[in-house]
Amino acid sequence: MTRETWINAALALGLLAVPLWAWVADEPFTITLATKVAILALAGVGLNIALGLGGLVSLGHAAFFGLGGYAMGILAAHAQNYTPLMEWPLVVEGTKSMPVIWLVAVIVSALTALLIGALSLRTSGVYFIMITLAFGQMLYYFAISWPAYGGEDGLSIYVRNGFPGLNTLDPIQFFAICYVLLILALAFSARLARSPFGLALNAARQSPQRVETVGISPYRLRLLAFVISGAITGLAGALFADLNRFVSPSMFSWQTSGEIMVFIILGGTARLFGPVAGAALFIFLEQALGGLSEYWHVHLGLLLLAVVLFARGGIIGTLAGQGARND
Amino acid sequence: MKLKSLFAAASLAALATTAAADPVKVGMITTLSGGGAGLGIDVRDGFMLAVKQSGNTDIEVVIEDDQRKPDIAVQLADRMIQSDKVDILTGIIWSNLAMAVVPSATAQGKFYLSPNAGPSQLAGKGCHKNYFNVAWQNDNLHEAAGAYAKEAGYTNTFILAPNYPAGQDALTGFKRTYGGELAGEIYTKLGQTDYAGEIAQIRASGADSVFFFLPGGMGISFLKQYADSGVELPVVGPAFSFDQGILQAVGAAALGVINTSQWNKDIDNAANKAFVETFQAEYGRLPSLYASQGFDTANLILSAMAKADVADQDTFRAALEAAEFASVRGDFKFGPNHHPIQDIFVREVIQEGDVFANKIIGTALTDHGDAYAAECKM
Amino acid sequence: MALPGKPLGEQNKLMTTILLIEQVLNGLQFGVMLFLTAAGLTLVFGVMGLINLAHGSLFMVGAFAAAAVAGATGSFILALAASLAAAAAAGALVEMLVIRRLYSRDHLDQVLATFALILIFSEGTRWLFGSFPLYLNIPTWLSGPVTLPGGIQYPLYRLTIIAIGLVIAGGLFLLISRTRLGIRIRAGESDREMIAALGVDISKLYTIVFALGAALAGLAGALVGAIQSVQVGMGEPVLILAFVVIVIGGIGLVKGALIGSILVGLTDTLGRILLPEVFKLFLDPSTATSIGASLATMSIYILMAAVLVVKPTGLFGAKA
Repeated sequence: MTRETWINAALALGLLAVPLWAWVADEPFTITLATKVAILALAGVGLNIALGLGGLVSLGHAAFFGLGGYAMGILAAHAQNYTPLMEWPLVVEGTKSMPVIWLVAVIVSALTALLIGALSLRTSGVYFIMITLAFGQMLYYFAISWPAYGGEDGLSIYVRNGFPGLNTLDPIQFFAICYVLLILALAFSARLARSPFGLALNAARQSPQRVETVGISPYRLRLLAFVISGAITGLAGALFADLNRFVSPSMFSWQTSGEIMVFIILGGTARLFGPVAGAALFIFLEQALGGLSEYWHVHLGLLLLAVVLFARGGIIGTLAGQGARND
Repeated sequence: MKLKSLFAAASLAALATTAAADPVKVGMITTLSGGGAGLGIDVRDGFMLAVKQSGNTDIEVVIEDDQRKPDIAVQLADRMIQSDKVDILTGIIWSNLAMAVVPSATAQGKFYLSPNAGPSQLAGKGCHKNYFNVAWQNDNLHEAAGAYAKEAGYTNTFILAPNYPAGQDALTGFKRTYGGELAGEIYTKLGQTDYAGEIAQIRASGADSVFFFLPGGMGISFLKQYADSGVELPVVGPAFSFDQGILQAVGAAALGVINTSQWNKDIDNAANKAFVETFQAEYGRLPSLYASQGFDTANLILSAMAKADVADQDTFRAALEAAEFASVRGDFKFGPNHHPIQDIFVREVIQEGDVFANKIIGTALTDHGDAYAAECKM
Repeated sequence: MALPGKPLGEQNKLMTTILLIEQVLNGLQFGVMLFLTAAGLTLVFGVMGLINLAHGSLFMVGAFAAAAVAGATGSFILALAASLAAAAAAGALVEMLVIRRLYSRDHLDQVLATFALILIFSEGTRWLFGSFPLYLNIPTWLSGPVTLPGGIQYPLYRLTIIAIGLVIAGGLFLLISRTRLGIRIRAGESDREMIAALGVDISKLYTIVFALGAALAGLAGALVGAIQSVQVGMGEPVLILAFVVIVIGGIGLVKGALIGSILVGLTDTLGRILLPEVFKLFLDPSTATSIGASLATMSIYILMAAVLVVKPTGLFGAKA
């Protein structure tokens, strides 16, 4: 095993051990924080497929995070109020079942990613960053001014949605769900990177011409990566909404896109466990610094700056001892 | 537990004679960092001033910063309920954060006392026996502005607000009491900073007056640009854009503007005089509307604590409902949906030496409740 | 408000035309304000290849410096000078301490580092100046409206902003096309090794360009601050708009930033005014206002996406 594999295993076990300890010690809030880390890491794993593997720097992944959140919010709100989602041409009821909500979140996010990706991938570099941002902002302003589902106030769901056989209101059981989904996504992401598709995508990132000469369209490869990426981030959005029992347009904001990206860079771009390390450190800092001073954002900023300047390749890059992949 | 955010009412608690009732633990979630921090800081300072003045050692307040983010507010509420085991939650400034926190907190059997936000949902169908609003229902100040506009004889007013739920409520509230013609009705972008286009529309509309609801920096921008535009129609608005904290930033552009508020520093009663004086002595600035609301919220809790044990929820709730405390705004009582029934005043912005402040020039609505009480089934 | 002597229909038409002209002026003025911020951003990107999210913070620094100096001295001119100086100094300092280490990094590191700078600037400013907005106002000699030909009442200060913006745009073109610094900037854009080989102190050049961009942002902050709210976080919406502008125009091009700014300014202002009217043709007024306003908030992003879909490197961007 390489050093990075050891670090990954330690991260996976650590993220499991902390909430288990908190469960024994009766510290439910720590479990909530660990759940938040798992969910945000999942969102990061999604983005990392586009960003790390495909080299597609998307500053609009909040769009999918928010769509996943609203998929949960809208379905659960209709179920909560016993009003059908639509009555024509066929009656569609809301639902409080997590698996159904996840499916809807993934499909909606994937379709939107297909549309946004198809248009955005015509551009590259900074232009790609900004066009994805533009699509995110469109959805953000739409969500704020669309009154049907609460506008800027957002939607409150009083009881967390259900999962067959589990009591999701129990923090540790809900954590277990999120953790399992995160591990599945990580496993999927690892396999994807080694699959022919992943290898071709990687090659397209380094040299699009080479891929083209063997008859593969880089555009299609990237579009598929973008769709998969969006779908996973959408799933994370649905879970995040369930964690808070609340959705609001702030899930669509460009700051959300920025934060998901920060997790990845902080952890180590294109590292499998980068988003996990990044999200864990970010949440830890937020909690630890928040109590120190009213102006704790200054400390957070200084720390982030130190990581970029002196710990190249993020946490994992530094710990694993290999230089960052240079791209 | 964070030392910084843990304010014990008195550090001598250990030495105090044993109190009869259990101590009350209050969780305050409010905005203390980033834009909008000024409002949260005022609520906190007003609240803590009342706690300090009471000398009551049985109240412990845990204060946390929500950064104006709904998800952070929800997680803080979860932590305060699960880990800190608070009895009462309070402090939230913004309606969208209140909507994220209040329903689940009250469903978990906690009291929530709102020192600022009053979304219509929580006053109507979503009301709850453990939810009390000590400030106002969101529509109230706008309704008062509408009533004032009607009384002042305006018949063709131009109204504008940002395009989000509180903005839509504001225009609805104004229209509810105004009754005249509208020269125009526009929704602006949330966070918009340039209002040249809107001001040009106002100029061209033939309106006889303007009503606007643009909280925070939006209102400052609008007023400065309006004052510079040469349009000289009278302006009416709710207190939020003319509050002590931001009035100095608007400056002379606000002079003479009419605004509606349930409180002002010149309300003539003993509680208010003492409040304005001690707040200035303690913090070195004039109190704001938000500080007064925080101060009243703490005094309401203290008045209920004097009468009941928080563990006995029904008695404690009845003690809160009675609202037997000396409110700085004068008469104060709760309606059937636990929202205030109070007078709402008309204020005018004046200059006192170097400082801009408000002066009460009349009463817009007397013993005013809210439009949603009938929908509330507790 | 009937004007005597003219039939009502004709008056309405006159009114609408005047309103439309006034709104075009407003859009132009908003565009020029955007240009002041976007020019620095695009210069820094073009010369150093740096994505600077903290550009909005320099805008804020300018506004706060101006408010502080105006408060202390009462002079608006001094306040503007202070905004230029403070933002340039902050820019130079940040460049030497942080930004300099980022030129060789990829865009991601730059995004994270400058994101961190936003946090430091915002909370640092709040720590220094408190949580409440500051006071900064138009000087009396620039306040109030003037009457333009055709009877349009237009604020003098906004006309001044348009003038300052156009002067600065002209100055930038001259600087880049006619001066030694401009030659080096252009050389730096096309070939970095080349100018280093020619013996130009490249790190000094970068510091100067960054400080220049910062100073422009600071001046914009001060000018805009006088008619808006000087508060923490005021730079972020401007930052996003400035990015939209430079992307529409083509990154690194001052001309692109100018055209992009004016396009965005006009789209935003006219969209806000016209879209609700368009919807009123077939919807009831209240719904139309609401839908029109919603669509208007999205209009500049729709514009940007449309431009990029058709021209993936912006209107004037050359290479694919």
